Amino acid sequence: MSEKDFRKTRGPWAIATVIFVGLIGFAAYRNREHAHNGGAASGLQLPSPAVADALSRYGFTLTEGAKAAGLDFSHTPPKLDPKLDPILPRVADMGAGVAVSDFDRDGKPDVYVTDSAEGSKNKLFHNLGNGKFEDVGEKLGVADVNQKGTGTSMGALFGDYDNDGFEDLLVYKWGRPELLHNDAGKKFTRVTETANLPKWMNANTSVLLDFDNDGKLDILLCGYFAEGLDLWNLKDTSIMPDSLSFAHNGTDRHLLKGDGTGKFTDVTKEVGIDTKAWTLAAGVADLNGDGFPEIILANDYGKAELWLNNGGKRFTNVADGTVIGAKAKAGMNISFGDIYNDGRLAIYRTNITESEGNLIQNNDLWLPDKPGSLTYTDEAASLGVADGGWSFGAQFADLNNDGFQDLYLTNGYISADPKDFYWFDYGKVAMGNAVLVQDASLWPPLRGRSMAGYEAKRLWLNDGAGRFTEVAQAVGASDRFDGRAVAVADLDGDGALDILVANQKGPLLLYKNKVSPDSRWLSVSLEGVKSNRSAIGASVTAFFDGQKQTQVVTGGIGFCAQNQRPLHFGLGKTSTLEKLEIRWPSGTIQTVEGAKLTLGKINEVKES
Amino acid sequence: MTLSKFQIDSRYIAPLLISTILLIGNFKYGILEHPEKTATSILVSILVEILMGFLFLRKMPHLASAYVSGISCGILVRSPEWWPYAVVAALSIVSKYVIRVNGRHLWNPSNLGIVLLLLFAHESVSTLSFQWGNHVYAGLVIWALGLFIVSRLKRLHICLTYIGFFLFYSYVRTFFTGDSFLTEAAPITGPMYQLFILFMITDPKTTTQSKKAQTIVAFSVATMECILRLVGGRWGIHAPYYALTLMGPSANLIEIALQKYRPTGGISPTPVAA
Repeated sequence: MSEKDFRKTRGPWAIATVIFVGLIGFAAYRNREHAHNGGAASGLQLPSPAVADALSRYGFTLTEGAKAAGLDFSHTPPKLDPKLDPILPRVADMGAGVAVSDFDRDGKPDVYVTDSAEGSKNKLFHNLGNGKFEDVGEKLGVADVNQKGTGTSMGALFGDYDNDGFEDLLVYKWGRPELLHNDAGKKFTRVTETANLPKWMNANTSVLLDFDNDGKLDILLCGYFAEGLDLWNLKDTSIMPDSLSFAHNGTDRHLLKGDGTGKFTDVTKEVGIDTKAWTLAAGVADLNGDGFPEIILANDYGKAELWLNNGGKRFTNVADGTVIGAKAKAGMNISFGDIYNDGRLAIYRTNITESEGNLIQNNDLWLPDKPGSLTYTDEAASLGVADGGWSFGAQFADLNNDGFQDLYLTNGYISADPKDFYWFDYGKVAMGNAVLVQDASLWPPLRGRSMAGYEAKRLWLNDGAGRFTEVAQAVGASDRFDGRAVAVADLDGDGALDILVANQKGPLLLYKNKVSPDSRWLSVSLEGVKSNRSAIGASVTAFFDGQKQTQVVTGGIGFCAQNQRPLHFGLGKTSTLEKLEIRWPSGTIQTVEGAKLTLGKINEVKES
Repeated sequence: MTLSKFQIDSRYIAPLLISTILLIGNFKYGILEHPEKTATSILVSILVEILMGFLFLRKMPHLASAYVSGISCGILVRSPEWWPYAVVAALSIVSKYVIRVNGRHLWNPSNLGIVLLLLFAHESVSTLSFQWGNHVYAGLVIWALGLFIVSRLKRLHICLTYIGFFLFYSYVRTFFTGDSFLTEAAPITGPMYQLFILFMITDPKTTTQSKKAQTIVAFSVATMECILRLVGGRWGIHAPYYALTLMGPSANLIEIALQKYRPTGGISPTPVAA
């Protein structure tokens, strides 16, 4: 088309120009709609109070009160080999874990937090019942697990491996995992040497489960950095993933079958779990309703895996070809929620969405098409829970007791200089080929820069009809620390689930929850008899108001976290609960009529 | 029957290569994440090309370039939403008809479309980075095949000039950034640069016409990219796209001006869709 021809086409040109400008305008408009929550903060800050009418508008408020309650803890990362110093914040970027358990069976949930510096002490905060906590970690022998030469903690879990009624403690580390037996709540005894755990692995997640329903707890430990690699004494710097999307140099998992006495046998290969990955989170629940728990794994630098449990004898990865295995992302969290109160367990995987749009992975909310189905669709975007920033831990919990499970998420990667960012330099090597990517010495130094730091947290309120509304700032969850683990527990027994957040290189936060008093609730504390005593793997369905909400007793869920063992059901305005249906790992289905339950308290149910 | 009967129209070579890479990569690794979104870009690109063709020329345009634009947009743009895939494709094609000087369009269509999205919708859109993986051997195969085809299209000098200067500037940048040469050179070993070098800067429609000028333009794009990389931040992350957006049209305008005022006069206009 020549200039002369072009003059003849002024009409079409005008039309095309309008379309062109219109398209740009449309893109700009849609981008505003996509603007990220909260904006950037100028620095780390403790939360500000909820807005004045939050209680009446949302039915609850959160007030941060960790220090005042005696939960005085700040996480410190490890130092690692000096060769990693230039990018240390990038490598030593995890380790702040939190686990809740009533270790002394006094009816009040206690809190264990992990530290990651060499020689640092983990803390066990005993709940005194008056809103205060006391650190009893050293006194009870669970603090000094980060001694030089043994590696340092990444997370911890409680579970009663010998069914003596007291929850024992597993600490997983970059280094030697530790198992500590709970001696009737009076002290813990280290039993690592006789437990037959891996001698050294760089584990970033673990769950307790009973995969074969024999009534004895098993352990799944998942590695991150290569097994055997001593991050404090490196031979060379080729330790990073060989791809940020499809890493092939991931490491092993260990499924350790417990015999009920504290001895474990590695059956990983025997049951067919033969893949290697950089795993950051694991979730265990009976997803297909056959009575045996499936395992879902969120992998950094790769696709998720869904291991179908074939009668407690073999596992088969059935994620490939489904939406769960479709996209390689930076998976960091798995949590389960029955978001529609219809018995379907949705799976939430968190990933990275960088606030400037440099990497937009979005989180996934995989919803089965019916209870027990392994056919999922990703509903995260349509429900409004896709963009969590550089997401880490997340938990489903009914925070306002309205009868629907809400979703709390923490995030933020490296908060350092708020005006200088690492992302561009990160991209240099990240885009390179495998040989270059895995060499830590080639990664540009951090030099005090931030990367997805100071991020606004997310708290999505579920209206039960397919809409989640983000209210974090409004209700008081407005910190900007680099969040890692989230755990929920009713720490003060007021019927509202409080939120614990373990921050990387930052303080432990306790968001005390105050709920509007007109919403009802109940908790259910299970004790297995034929099943494992911790009842891990049991599911409870509460029937109320023509709805049914299912929750699962987990042996750890979310990123390096463990919620309180009792299951908490918000019931909204309903005055009656029809019944509870409990599916025990043993196969027993137990129904408890509503008349035998008391609203507004913890109901203890023993397997029968 | 002569051998020429079996020769493929050169306009189809790039689309064929890129489609093959895409299909293999997607079946083996699922690199596209959302093949349907890539398909959306291709479809919108073709439909808009047909629409514009009839609007401006009253005839069916050749669709090979629209297919390449669509597939480039569908690969290089990354977004969890659908609309960017349609908008970037439409912007790319419409730009060819809206922004013209002496009958030539100045920008590589998909390059301009992507840059406009990066400028106006950067929170909704990112570009291909490491999502295709970091495979060494797959990369080598694509380089070998791509460079062979580019040489058949007589555009190897553009690629080699760009690669040569990228590596040279990688060395230069080490003095400014303190990072190693391998760190600075790493991006060019990845898939995004493969697509950029093999398919974007060699686009026959938006490169200057003489071999010498093409070489100078490749050098200038590499130079501008180096500057943007040193600026860093958003400009550094998307440096190659911005560099081509800045330098490609500038070179075309200079060439147009030189040809216009040359005593022998005249230029040979480039058709909208050959």
